[in-house]
Amino acid sequence: MAGRSIVVVGASLAGFRAAEELRARGHDGPITVVGDEPHRPYDRPPLSKQVLAGTQPPEALALTPAEGSVEDLDLDWRLGTTASALDLEHREVVLGGGERLPFDGLVVATGARARQLPGTDHLSTVHTLRTIDDCLALRKALESGPSRVVVVGAGFIGAEVAATCRGLGLEVSLVEALPVPLERGLGPTMGAVMADLHRDHGVDLRLGVGVVRVEGGDHVEAVRLTDGTVLDTEVVVVGIGVTPNTEWLEGSGLPLDNGVVCDATCRVAPGVVACGDVAPWPNRRFDQMMRVEHWDNAVEMGAHAARTLLADLDGRAGEPYAPVPWFWSDQYDRKIQLAGLAGPDDEVQVVAGSVDERRFVAMYGRGGRLVGVLGMSMPAKVMRWRAMVEQGTAYDEALATARAGS
Amino acid sequence: MRVVVDFDLCESNALCMAAAPEVFEVRDDDYLYVLQEEPPEELRPKVEEAARRCPKQAITIEG
Repeated sequence: MAGRSIVVVGASLAGFRAAEELRARGHDGPITVVGDEPHRPYDRPPLSKQVLAGTQPPEALALTPAEGSVEDLDLDWRLGTTASALDLEHREVVLGGGERLPFDGLVVATGARARQLPGTDHLSTVHTLRTIDDCLALRKALESGPSRVVVVGAGFIGAEVAATCRGLGLEVSLVEALPVPLERGLGPTMGAVMADLHRDHGVDLRLGVGVVRVEGGDHVEAVRLTDGTVLDTEVVVVGIGVTPNTEWLEGSGLPLDNGVVCDATCRVAPGVVACGDVAPWPNRRFDQMMRVEHWDNAVEMGAHAARTLLADLDGRAGEPYAPVPWFWSDQYDRKIQLAGLAGPDDEVQVVAGSVDERRFVAMYGRGGRLVGVLGMSMPAKVMRWRAMVEQGTAYDEALATARAGS
Repeated sequence: MRVVVDFDLCESNALCMAAAPEVFEVRDDDYLYVLQEEPPEELRPKVEEAARRCPKQAITIEG
């Protein structure tokens, strides 16, 4: 594989872990990493927590390899640079300025961007949170001492921002169109528990209502809701999901559908792989297409895609990527973790601890099989019982095992 | 190979235990215990995975 050049588009967590794995597996040809942000790859989870709260400096976010330093990876950085097109026939990535980067192997790791609330472009204090720069802008707005922060969307970003703002002593209204927070992520039963957690901490929850419009001239003055309520506020944070960054691939011939569509091994086309938020793939463990926006998936899929790419360049097939997804979310003093899947239609039962004490483990069942283990501040049990998700344990058996062991 | 955990950073996310149970154990008190500070070389890939998957980058490998 000596001398082959690989281009990684996306100076992201997934892109960085892919580059690291390429080196760990002995790739000694050039690796170029293209990123539209001016920063080297950094860790995003603290942007809604420690960095937003001001307890961790943004400089501490820089990603480092498992061994050695970033310099040891010998990467050619093209930062502050957008990839504008892919010429698959000539095997070149076209950069925003027109320059063309030839490649033998390509890793697509362009991630996703925060969705905006329609009709708010002119308002400077409507924030989304995805990048360091977003975080610093929001932090500045919070430091100005707003009378209230309105958070639109009670997914993980919205819920974490609400928790951080409460920690800073700010009044918070959390607006969610669905009946409970995190319903898509955790289902209605556990979503209701999350609602209680936020109420415990004094969040003004506005559930089952949408936003009609954000009012104001240059700055936000109020948010008008579908139930007629008007929330006066100076700062709005919008967390209503993300859009995969695939525009640059339109017309390239790569399959695009809710991202760059991979096969089971993370391969997209000959010598092309994708990973992270931008990359849906069929996860054979659960027999379904998935596009996972979690940190751990960026790490693991990045590394996996790198191995598949090296195999493909050597004319071999890659291994299937069939992980048990895992994520965590820190809200207030609670650590929420999910190993596996949790959907609105799944059966869910608490198997350890106590919901009232906000310290418990719950199991999700689907089709008679254990598919997910959710914990609130019980990390050891979540990770131990994750193995049962991995093994495809029957739901009843998993419940019995967990209850016998707690 | 020597495994070093920065316990000021560790939040017991327990991903290290999933990656390398021979080396890392988060017990029911929800604290991390390092079972082998100098694990044998054949565990290196697992320990590397543990370091990579730690959400706090609290694990470093020396040597």
